Amino acid sequence: MKPAPFELARPATLAEAARRLREGDGMARAMAGGQSLVPMLNLRLAPVDCIVDLGRIAELREVRAEAGSVTFGACVTHAAIEDGLAHDPTGGLMRRIAGGIAYRAVRNRGTLGGSLALSDPSAEWVSLMMALDATIGIAGVDGEREVPAREFTLGAYTTALAEDEILATVRVPVLGPDARHGSFKMCRKTGEFAQSLAMAVSDPGLHYARVVVGATEGAPVVMERAAEAMRRAGGQAWSAAAEERVREAAAADLAGAGLDQDAFAADMHAASAVAAIREAVRR
Amino acid sequence: MSGPPRAIGASVRRNEDGRFLRGGGQYLGDIALPGTKDVAFLRSPLAHAAIRGVDIPDELRGRVHTADSLAEVKPIVAVSSAPGYRRSEHFPLARDKVRFVGEPVAMCVADTRAEAEDLAQSLLVDFDELPAVVDMDRALEPDAARVHEDWPDNRVLESTIQAGDLAAAKAAAAVVVRRAYRLNRHASVPMEGRGVLAYFDSRQDELVVYSSTQFPHLIRTILAEYLGMPERRLRVVAPDVGGGFGVKSNLHPEELAVAALALRVDHPVRWVEDRREHLLASQHAREHAYRVTAYADARGRLLGIEADVRVDAGAYSVWPWTAAMEAGMSAGIIPGPYDLGVYHARVVTVATNKSPLGPYRGVGRTGACLAIERTIDEVARAVGREAWEVRMENMVRKDQMPYRSATGKVYDSGDYPESVRMAARLMDVAAVRARQAQGPESGRHIGVGFASYTEQTAHGTVEWAARGLPLVFGYESATARMTPDGDLVLEVGVQNHGQGLETTLAQVASEELGIDPGRVAVRHGDTALSPYGMGTFASRSMVMAGGAVSRACRLLREKLLRIGAHLLQESLDDVVLENAGVRGRGGRAEFAEIALAACVRTERLPPGEDPGLDVTTVYEPGASTGAYSYGTHAALVAVDPGHCGVEILDYVVVHDCGTVVNPMIVDGQLIGGVAQGIGTALYEEIPYDEYGQPLASTFMDYLLPGATEMPEVRLAHMNTPSPHTAYGIKGMGEGGAIAPPGAILNAINDALAPLQAEVNETPATPRRLHAALRAAARRPGGERA
Repeated sequence: MKPAPFELARPATLAEAARRLREGDGMARAMAGGQSLVPMLNLRLAPVDCIVDLGRIAELREVRAEAGSVTFGACVTHAAIEDGLAHDPTGGLMRRIAGGIAYRAVRNRGTLGGSLALSDPSAEWVSLMMALDATIGIAGVDGEREVPAREFTLGAYTTALAEDEILATVRVPVLGPDARHGSFKMCRKTGEFAQSLAMAVSDPGLHYARVVVGATEGAPVVMERAAEAMRRAGGQAWSAAAEERVREAAAADLAGAGLDQDAFAADMHAASAVAAIREAVRR
Repeated sequence: MSGPPRAIGASVRRNEDGRFLRGGGQYLGDIALPGTKDVAFLRSPLAHAAIRGVDIPDELRGRVHTADSLAEVKPIVAVSSAPGYRRSEHFPLARDKVRFVGEPVAMCVADTRAEAEDLAQSLLVDFDELPAVVDMDRALEPDAARVHEDWPDNRVLESTIQAGDLAAAKAAAAVVVRRAYRLNRHASVPMEGRGVLAYFDSRQDELVVYSSTQFPHLIRTILAEYLGMPERRLRVVAPDVGGGFGVKSNLHPEELAVAALALRVDHPVRWVEDRREHLLASQHAREHAYRVTAYADARGRLLGIEADVRVDAGAYSVWPWTAAMEAGMSAGIIPGPYDLGVYHARVVTVATNKSPLGPYRGVGRTGACLAIERTIDEVARAVGREAWEVRMENMVRKDQMPYRSATGKVYDSGDYPESVRMAARLMDVAAVRARQAQGPESGRHIGVGFASYTEQTAHGTVEWAARGLPLVFGYESATARMTPDGDLVLEVGVQNHGQGLETTLAQVASEELGIDPGRVAVRHGDTALSPYGMGTFASRSMVMAGGAVSRACRLLREKLLRIGAHLLQESLDDVVLENAGVRGRGGRAEFAEIALAACVRTERLPPGEDPGLDVTTVYEPGASTGAYSYGTHAALVAVDPGHCGVEILDYVVVHDCGTVVNPMIVDGQLIGGVAQGIGTALYEEIPYDEYGQPLASTFMDYLLPGATEMPEVRLAHMNTPSPHTAYGIKGMGEGGAIAPPGAILNAINDALAPLQAEVNETPATPRRLHAALRAAARRPGGERA
């Protein structure tokens, strides 16, 4: 479990990092916190000639609050968010989710952007950024572009990033004062990867409701029927009948998502969606 | 006991903890010898294949070694005299054929481990893939591929047990309960993995092998045989060892390969197991399947048990235990703590294309406990009674001790039903039933479960000889040596890898000599340092080495008294030994004065007294049948039918290991064992796919219980001394890991009872709970909340 030899590049600017990735011709990988990439290197699972360490690029650690949104540099750590060192545009949701990622040692180094760039389906940020309708900022040799989070993760470990592009920023809209949210992570023990994951965000002031289920075989599923069921359940007492309506809506969303899931996965994801929505509505 | 306050019975803080807490321990990976090169093994990626050849580029010659390079090294062969037992030849580097994913094929040597792994990655092995034998039941079918082509089938050993009149039990039975259980395969996962460092010491003309092992003397004996060299030219050292749990009480092919390599090169060579290697290729644990039929009367009194025990032992027999040990021990203890006259069993050990199965804390008994304890609960359910009451009524009573079981085990002492009564009281079963009557709690169903067990420990010569192994582990040795300044050094043949023996053996010395345990150094783990000894496994060291230290100290005491009396110019009848000195009517001689006389001022010795204070002796328990610890565990769980999760809300252990040397250490052993038992019950598993590929090779896929998964374990003790051992001590290293799967599965099934669902397989994962709930929902009459 030692890595094969590789070159380590430690650029100071995004432009230099993008240039190194382009020169790598598909055999260079960007590294942020390294919490997934380094184990993969040690297991010799990822053939890599050059690691481009993003840790010395100061702008990637910046957090900017603007009107209506907060923009996170890609290298902001889970721990910084957990500890409230960065602005939280979501009324505590991001802090809470950050605190549930893996173990503190991982959170100290692991980053928001690194997690999204890898797009492990069970990663919390992948589902949450979709649920929050965040926007991903991408830098490359040929300039910058933006992609909605919903269109960024295309499948398991598959994103809209080209080989020589870098995930630079994550812009998260500020939730309104009436916003509600809920989340549920099913994992077999504290700190482990999720077997099922659901995020529910409802912001009546902005007429916004979205439910996302993650830890599936592919990209997280944005659940339209479940979001509608959540909207209807809002403002009323939570009842067994409401829960059943939400469950049926979630099951229908999952059935229509084209996933190759067995009965266990289908039931767990539906149960996670129900738990997240129940929390969002009841709170 | 009545010794000094830091002798037997006192929670003395551990002598060894100072160095561990300050980072001063020295494990295999800490040993830095100049010029050491690292070894990486190229391991088979296939479960079953013929090796056509290994392509070694010319520039790598001398740095890559295959079976051809070790041609004269003998294969590992574990032998047994059991009729029908089939032996396997396990070469340190695969010869002709690989039989499991992870089997070493080549050994690559470089300045660093990373470079050695680069070498391994650059090799090409020409494999001819063969059909993999993966499922133990499929392996027994006549057309199954064979793991060992010279065997007629894949049976390592098949045997039967027939005690009592089964036909009569069947005829008299009011209820018959049939169940199948499965305990899945997992790994041992000590904090420190395996490892070997070897070099040739030209000054001593000996091969020095450092190994993270539980039994250095036995490793020396077997290495000498397999390497074809005399034992006097071999020294084996176990440095600090970060946990063993059984996996380090085998000879590993890597140990043999690295030792053989060190004879061929002029520098030290080292292999340190990484986690992936451990999960793939260390000796695995468990993998039992049971079919049990219980015949009982209308009150749930057992009339007879029929059991079918199958164990998937993997590709080779581990030395010295053999692949058949696991099934044999399980079948022998299925009657457990019960007064059961009728017991019939068929016992089959099966070879498959998986990593060899070896001993792991609880050996065999964890599966047996799961099988019999789940069955007791189902018998109780069938007769409509509380399982803990049925359990108690079936148990061997105190007045039946000593009791000979249907399989010939002799339970020496104890009050088994009382352990259940105490556990039921601590768990407050009535309160649990009242909670359950209120319905689910926030959607979760709660349930309570019990499991009782006996733990044979410190079994002696006759018992081991009867098992047919080539080695008999019936004794231990100790040297007690007083230094001229009056302190004590104990040298023992056992090995301490977390048991606290550097403290508890000092407490035994304190009991006999009145010396503070802090003035006693315990040396172990080095064949050059201590008399021959068997090592630390099978819950034997406290009884065996404790007995040897006790005898050695008593012999030393006689001499100390003689010299002390002479120095005081008093009669031997007038002096007593107390508080690290000899006291007479008129004065007192400290050990320092006595030892000074004995060692360096011998003119002060009484006439005819030999100089020196140095005693070596051995100890065998009074009976070979073992000192039986026992206990009852009780678990309270909450099961969430939505996400199929299990939370342990409460956990109770009532335990009897006779005389306790150090209560703090015993508590720690129990809690640690429970943690591992929880791992077996709920988390740890290495599944294999149909091609024999292991599906858990990192901690991403292999889950261990952590601090957040551990309940607060509530302990209660009983103390029934063993009649066979020094001080009445019983071994107790394994019991904590025996009962949790049985107790936790019984609790889960108690919780699931209203849903008509049942789980009989470990680990009880969400997926397995989900399958059980779905099966129940599909059954006619079944209901689901």
